[in-house]
Order: sequence, then structure tokens, then C-alpha cells
Amino acid sequence: MAINYTYFNYEIIRNYDRCINCRVCERQCSNEVHRFDEEHNIMVSDETKCVNCQRCVTLCPTRALKIVKTNNEFRENANWSGKAIYKIYRQATSGGVLLSSMGNPEPYPIYFDKMLLNASQVTNPSIDPLREPMETKVFLGAKPTEIKRDKDGKLINNLSPHLKLEVPMMFSAMSYGSISYNAHKSLAMAAKSLGIYYNTGEGGLHEDFYKYGANTIVQVASGRFGVHKQFLDSGAAIEIKIGQGAKPGIGGHLPGTKIMGDVSKTRMIPEGSDAISPAPHHDIYSIEDLRQLVYSLKTATNFKKPVIIKIAAVHNISAICSGIARSGADIIAIDGFRGGTGAAPTRIRDNVGIPIELALASVDQRLRDEGIRDNVSLVVAGSIRNSADVVKAIALGADAVYIGTAALLALGCHLCRDCQSGKCNWGIATQDPELVKRLNPEIGYKRLINLINAWQHEIKEMIGGMGINSIESLRGNRLMLRGIGLTQKELDILGIKHAGE
Amino acid sequence: MTKYIIIGNSTAAIGAIEGIRSLDTTSPITLFSSENHHTYSRPLISYLLENKTTLEKMKYRDDNFYELNNVTVVYEKIVKINSDKKQVYTEANKEFSYDKLLVATGSRPFVPPTKGLDSVKKYFTFMSLDDALDLEKVANSTSKVLIIGAGLIGLKCAECLQNKVNKITVIDLADRILSSILDKDASEFMQKHLEKNGINFILSQAVTSFNGNVAQIGDKNVEFDILVMAVGVRAQTELIRDIGGTVNRGIYVDTKMQTSIADIYSAGDCTEIYDISCDKVRPLPLLPNAYIGGNCAGINMAGGEMVFDNAIPMNSIGLFGLHIITAGSYIGDIKEIQVPNGYKKLFYQDNYLKGYIVVGEIERAGIYTSLIRNKTPLDSIDFDLIAVNPTLIAFEKKVRKTKLGGKV
Amino acid sequence: MKRVYVNEEWCLGCHLCEYYCTFANSNMTNMAELRNMIIRPNIRVEENNKISFAVSCRHCTDPLCVKSCLTNALSKKDGVISIDKDKCIGCFTCIVSCPYGAISVSANDIAQKCELCTNNSNTSPLCVQKCPNGAIVYEER
Repeated sequence: MAINYTYFNYEIIRNYDRCINCRVCERQCSNEVHRFDEEHNIMVSDETKCVNCQRCVTLCPTRALKIVKTNNEFRENANWSGKAIYKIYRQATSGGVLLSSMGNPEPYPIYFDKMLLNASQVTNPSIDPLREPMETKVFLGAKPTEIKRDKDGKLINNLSPHLKLEVPMMFSAMSYGSISYNAHKSLAMAAKSLGIYYNTGEGGLHEDFYKYGANTIVQVASGRFGVHKQFLDSGAAIEIKIGQGAKPGIGGHLPGTKIMGDVSKTRMIPEGSDAISPAPHHDIYSIEDLRQLVYSLKTATNFKKPVIIKIAAVHNISAICSGIARSGADIIAIDGFRGGTGAAPTRIRDNVGIPIELALASVDQRLRDEGIRDNVSLVVAGSIRNSADVVKAIALGADAVYIGTAALLALGCHLCRDCQSGKCNWGIATQDPELVKRLNPEIGYKRLINLINAWQHEIKEMIGGMGINSIESLRGNRLMLRGIGLTQKELDILGIKHAGE
Repeated sequence: MTKYIIIGNSTAAIGAIEGIRSLDTTSPITLFSSENHHTYSRPLISYLLENKTTLEKMKYRDDNFYELNNVTVVYEKIVKINSDKKQVYTEANKEFSYDKLLVATGSRPFVPPTKGLDSVKKYFTFMSLDDALDLEKVANSTSKVLIIGAGLIGLKCAECLQNKVNKITVIDLADRILSSILDKDASEFMQKHLEKNGINFILSQAVTSFNGNVAQIGDKNVEFDILVMAVGVRAQTELIRDIGGTVNRGIYVDTKMQTSIADIYSAGDCTEIYDISCDKVRPLPLLPNAYIGGNCAGINMAGGEMVFDNAIPMNSIGLFGLHIITAGSYIGDIKEIQVPNGYKKLFYQDNYLKGYIVVGEIERAGIYTSLIRNKTPLDSIDFDLIAVNPTLIAFEKKVRKTKLGGKV
Repeated sequence: MKRVYVNEEWCLGCHLCEYYCTFANSNMTNMAELRNMIIRPNIRVEENNKISFAVSCRHCTDPLCVKSCLTNALSKKDGVISIDKDKCIGCFTCIVSCPYGAISVSANDIAQKCELCTNNSNTSPLCVQKCPNGAIVYEER
């Protein structure tokens, strides 16, 4: 091609007073950016290939490197930003659909950051989590509406199967194929150690991880990859994936180059073939069909496992959830528009779906209004970034949250958003054994445990500060939230008052 | 209680003491030293003359070694053994009895009888500490030195005198220097390096006669102020030979370091042992072999069980900054590897590495030595890879795990 | 006794252990001083065909190097094998003997090897502390 319309995004600044030519940047960059020039005895960098994954910066023993956004700029234009212009150039060059990885990076409002938490002052004193017991345990599943006794007065067990979580957080669905074996292993080991769950995503369950089955949620997605009887039996719960926050309305896509070896075997598709999940489940065309699938799965697993329905947060979310809550599902997982992905069409990721905060509030309210809130537990996802987001989500009505991006960050991800290349320098979004090696599960799982433990402690501090000593008392407790800088409409949908009221 | 007597005060003797004391901490050990010095490291005498070490640092073990190990040292030479009575006799005819005896008498310089040698006022050998100290006294900036013998000893002597004297000439009957340890190519490489450092060589010739301070070599006359005889060494085997023990070029010992006479062991430069690289019994006078042999003898003398069954010749020598490492025997097929500023040849036969010569890039040569000593079948490793660079990655994964995955 | 072990499974061949080792055994306070130096680490990375691992002194229970040392510079104390720099004259008989190739030539032309950072200001081996992927461990086996 004659003219290269796209300028590179990043510049690599190397402090030559500090650089000792140790070449670790060269050895560790899968994009071949750095190179040692023997003749001139100096490191040289080709910034056109840099994706800003920060691997070289992190490993450099003398802190000689930094990556900055290039300040080569177009003329200022509030409407046609540089980003917008480049995307036109790319499409004019390739003729293809733009693909992106990870969650929506555009500056839409973040409602979590516009809600404030309460704390106790004079009346209803705070509770100190270091001195008094605090309960962060939650149970996910349908709650019975009444206590039933037999003719002798003994309690009849009318409980449906539940998931027990030591803390109200689980690891989100990320498929084996989009992330690596070692990443899955880290998540599985951490889930087991923490007493929570991780989700297989739509790539099936690798046979080496069956031993973590008691802490695994197995996902049945529209492509039904890797779904067989043993798969269903091995997990603690089954999740039917209708949609995903990052790409509502379309299916998944894993390119054939990533379908090799164990990935192919686990998904039960031939090596090299693209794994395309269709947009709908071709056996679910109505809510009645959904109910049928839910009961098929329950029958197949002897009614021993809760069934989760995962949907993306879209416009009529509350009506949809109302239908799902009557379909026999035990848990509804709602994925907001900030949710991450291995690869999705950019325009869908950035323009489709609604914020999880608003979706959650309206679903919780609707189910309560219809008297069916106890039919299901609600799990939310879509950019839960810290423990305050968790507390706010629960206050809005969630029973628990799923974290995806946060978990990957704990494992080393630097959100360079180049996952679709398969050259993840941190060993997460890659199947190349040389790169997968870089994520040592013995290190990874400890970091995940550290993160969850830290958040658990923070949650205890925050709810203790409110004078609450269990998650149960926080759930749906909208009075603990106040909005700030929100319109009346937003306050109404969230069901919270404005700060000061 | 066992009475131990050790004849000798160098490496093999020390090895034996440490071997005995590892099993028997109470029985008396008496050591006889013909040299009037604390045990010292003989190879260091040339470094002493170069001021790279001191008399103090040359000691092979600390001053309190004998005391800590409960060894009585007698600075007298033993001249006779009576194996029936189990007694040894000093020059003054004092007798000492033993239960177990170690002969570690080492070797002495061999001076070939040359016409006119008696007309030379004084010649030096370069073997003991006293030899070195004597030489140091006379060497000065006008001296012209003639060294007979271009082997390890002769060249080390040349190296340490080089910046003290006026001129050095080394003569050898062989057609190349270091003929006992290097092949022709490696010799040439080393010779060029030494000549660049000011050493002159006369090869394939011998001194036909001496006349005062002139040596007649072929049709040339070479003047000298200092004459050093470094032709070779002879194992000091008399003590055993005189009582009918098996002696060839050295005192014969089996893999337990036992001589052919009951309760008498031997180790070090005075012995000949089985060389596994060429399957022959011969003297292997190297310090590591002396220590290991002495140690092995000591353990067996004290009632333990140990064998020394993987002895090979090994050498590590540096001359004017150029290092050479050799080991084993140069038999079989040859693999020559091109190395910059150096030289490398591996010798192999019947699927085993038999020997090697490395000049210059000596790093990690011990990996080659272990292939010879352990008789590692070459088809079980990546021989082509290891020939270029001695590495452990040339071994199979499960072998690597044994070598590196646990305590060794 | 704890020793340094390298798990081949996790070694990335990044060579950082070599640089940190050289730094640990130098008198430098700032690693940037390693610029323009040929490093001489006591731990060395071997790599071939997608396998890599680092090798350092095994601190053998029956050390061949100590037995071969001409000057008694090499000795074993509390299990750790170390070199007395004053006594070593650089004959390299130890290099001929070591079956792991763990001893190398120092900048001063004498022998050097891993001494488990007992001979410098680090409280535990620096290569273990700095390995980015937990491939190098310091444990008893």
C-alpha cells in the first residue's frame, strides 16, 4: 500500500543513561518492538509495533523505559477526534468490521461514581470489623416463599439448590481459548481457596480442571462448545448464556488460529476451524423455549444444580428478567455495557447495551413490584472495579457480582486491549505456549486471593461503617445510597435520593 | 585404636588425614615430612615467584590443621619399611610402628645424565618450595636462563621468571611444547602465544654437552647464567620397591589405593592407577587425583569402604593469561570446533568421550570432564550441541531433573 | 540446607537473574552502572529450542571442586561452598572438575561461583527475589 494513513499510537522513551543493554525488553516483547543493535551497541525500538502492554516497562531492571501516548496530533476537533479519524482510515484500508478487545472505553457516565454511601454517626453506631463478626457469606438461588411442615410438624426441605459464596464476588465467564490454560488454572485455584466460583465461559471445561468442579460454573452458550453430560455434571451450577454485556445481540467469535490442541479438544471442534457462536440459541426463540431448556438441563443433572441465565443489559431488561424469573431459573446474571470481551465488533461494544447500575435498579424494583424477587438471585457484572462498586451494586439490589477485567488485572493484564492478536505478553489472552508460560498459576492465584481478600476487608469496613454487619442487610437497601450530580430521572430509575435529601 | 603412619606431607597425605578423621577421630596419626615446611601447595611455587601468592597463603591447610586433626608431624625422612614387623625407619634409624601405613612420597625431578653436566657450577630443578626460593635468590635482570624441558614445569618456571630476567630459552627433545598434554595444533597455538610474550624455543633438539655456562645444542652454542632442569619427574617408589611391592612407573595400587603389600596404601604422584579414559594403568600425577586418592586411602585405612575408580588425567594451566584445560586421552575420532582466539578438540570412541583439549574458552569444561568420568553414552545426549558449547541442556529432560532438580 | 533450584517449566529465559546476580556481587549501588559492562554472573541461563533454565552452583554434598582445589581456596562451611579470593590463584582446576559448569572466570582472572548471596549484602539470594515468574526458588529438597 502506498501511503500509511495510520500513525502509531505510542512512543517509547528509553533513558539511555539507565539502559544497561540487558535485553530483557527484547526477549520479552512478543511484538518484536525492541532489538539490540550489536554494531552500535545500543537498544533500538520500533514503536510502530508497540501496543503498550507495559511488559518491558515492568521488567526493566533499571526503570529505563516508559511508554507515552504519541503527541503527534491532528488539528483539534471536538467532533472529529483523532481516534474517529483513524477508524475511518482503517476501514477505508481494510474494508472490514473493526474489532476491539476488553470493555467499552468511551466516556459514558459511570453511575457508580455518582453514588455515595452512608455511614453511621450518632444513632445506629458503626461496627468495627476487626472486633465484631461480620457476615459476607451469600447464598445464590431461589428463596422459598414459605416454611412448609409435614403432618408431624417437621420442616419439609423445600429449598432449591444454592451456591454458597464466602464473599459476594465470583469470577466472570472467560472462555478457555480466549484466555490461556494457566489463566484458567489460576482462577480455578483461587475460587477453590476463597470458597467462591469461577465460570468456564463458552469454551468448555478442560479435563485437568474437573477437580475444581465444586467451584466451577459451567456455561452453555449458543454454540454449545464443549457441552456434554460429564461437563454438566462436573460443575456446581450451569449458566445459560443468552447474551454478554460487551456485545449484546450477537454471538461470540474465536478465530481458527487460536483453536489448536487442547482448546480444540475442550470445545469439541476441529483444529483450525473458527469457533463462531450464533447470535441466538437456535432452540430458544421464546420465553417458553427458555423454560424448556432450563428444565432439560435440570433434568439432565437431577435437579441438583442451580441454573443461571446470563443476559446483557439492554433496553427492556426488566421485562426480560420478569420473564426469566418465572422460567424456573435460579439466578439471573446481568452483564452491563462496560463488560469485557476477548474480541467484539467495536461499534457494538461501544454503542449497544445500557449501564449495569440502571439495569440492576430497574430489574430489582420490577421483580419486587411483581412479588417475584425471591424467585431468583441477581448477579451483576460489567465493570465492577473496586469494593465500593460491589457495595453499591448490592445496595441497589444485587445478591453478588461477577468480576472479569478486575481479575485479569490481578493476573497481570495491563489493558492494552490487543487481545485479539493472541500475543498477550502477560500469558493471559494467548495460546502460544511460550507466552502462556509467563503466567505462573502459583503466582497468579495468590494475587487473585489477595485481591478478593482485600476487597472483602474493605467491604466489611464500608458496611460496618453503615452500622450493618451482614451482606443480607445491605441487599437492596437503597436508603444507604445517595446520588450526586444526577438528574431526577436518573435518581428515580436508581430508586435513590439525592445527596442532602 | 589403630596406629596410622603417613609418609609424605603434601596433597595425598592431607587427603588421607581428612579421610581417616572422617571415620576415626581418636586413633593416633603420625606424619613424616621430608621437607621442613608446613604442608604447602606445590604448584604454587611459580606463583610465589611472580608475587601472586605468599609463603603464608601457599599453605595447603591452615596452621592449626595438624593440631585440629590430632596429627603428630615429624620433620624427618623415612628411608626404609619393614612390612613384616610393620615398622618404618628414619635416616637416623629411629623406628616407628604402624597398623596402617600410607606411602605418599610424591615424585622428584629427573635429571638426565648429560655430558659435562658436572662442569656446570650450579643447576636448578623446579619442584619444591626450596627450589623456588633458591632460584629467586639468583635471578636478576641480567640473567640469561636456559630451561631444559618444555613441559608444564618448565613453562611455568619460564612464566614466573619472564619479567625478572634478561632472556629465557626453553629447549625440548620433542617436536612440540607441552607434548605430554597437547596435540600438535594446540601446541603451536600455545607456542605462538608464549613467543609473543618473550620466550624463545628450541625444539626437536637436546643438549649434547655442557661446558661451564655454555650448552652445546646441535651446531649452536647457547650461553646461560641460570640452568633449570625440568625434563620430567620420577615417582619416588623406592620404599615399596625395596620390599618387593609391585612397582612399574609408579607404585601400583588398586581402586582402594592398596599396594600389593598388606596394610600398606599409597596415593598421589608416586603411584600408578587405572586410567579409565585409555583403560591402562599409569601414573596420573595431578593434584585432584592425589587428593581423591589420598582421601580414599584414608577412608579404607580407617575401616571404611571407598573406591577411586574413575581416575583420568586432567590439567588446567594458564600461561601469560592464556588458559588451557585438557582431560582424558586423545584417542578415537576427533571433533574439532572452531572457536575465536582459541582451540577446541573433542576425542571420542565407541560412543564415549575419551578426552578433550580446550585452549582459551575454558568456561564449563568440567561438563566434558564429567562425560568422560561418568562414561556417559554420547547417543544419550545431544553431542553436536554440547560439542559447540558445554551445556546441561544437551542432556535429556529426566537427566536434567536428576542433576538440577534436587540435592546432589 | 536451602539451595537455589530453577524450575524449567517457568523459566522465561529473560536473563534478569544474570543481571541481578552480577549486581549483587558487585560493589554497585545503582544497577545502571552495569551499562557497557560485560556481565559475569554466577547463574547462567541455558536456552535451546524453546527450553530455558538457569544453572548455578549445586553446593554438592561431596564437592569435586573442593577436592581439586590447589590452594585450599575452595571450602565448604555450613554446607555452602565458597572461594577465598585471597587464596585463589586462578588455576581453574575447579572449572575442569565441576560437572555443572558452575564455576567461571572472574574479572580479576580468578575463580568465582554462586555463594547463595552469603558473601554480599543480600539477606537471601537475589536471583530468587527478582525472578519475575517464580521459576527460581530457594528451598530445601
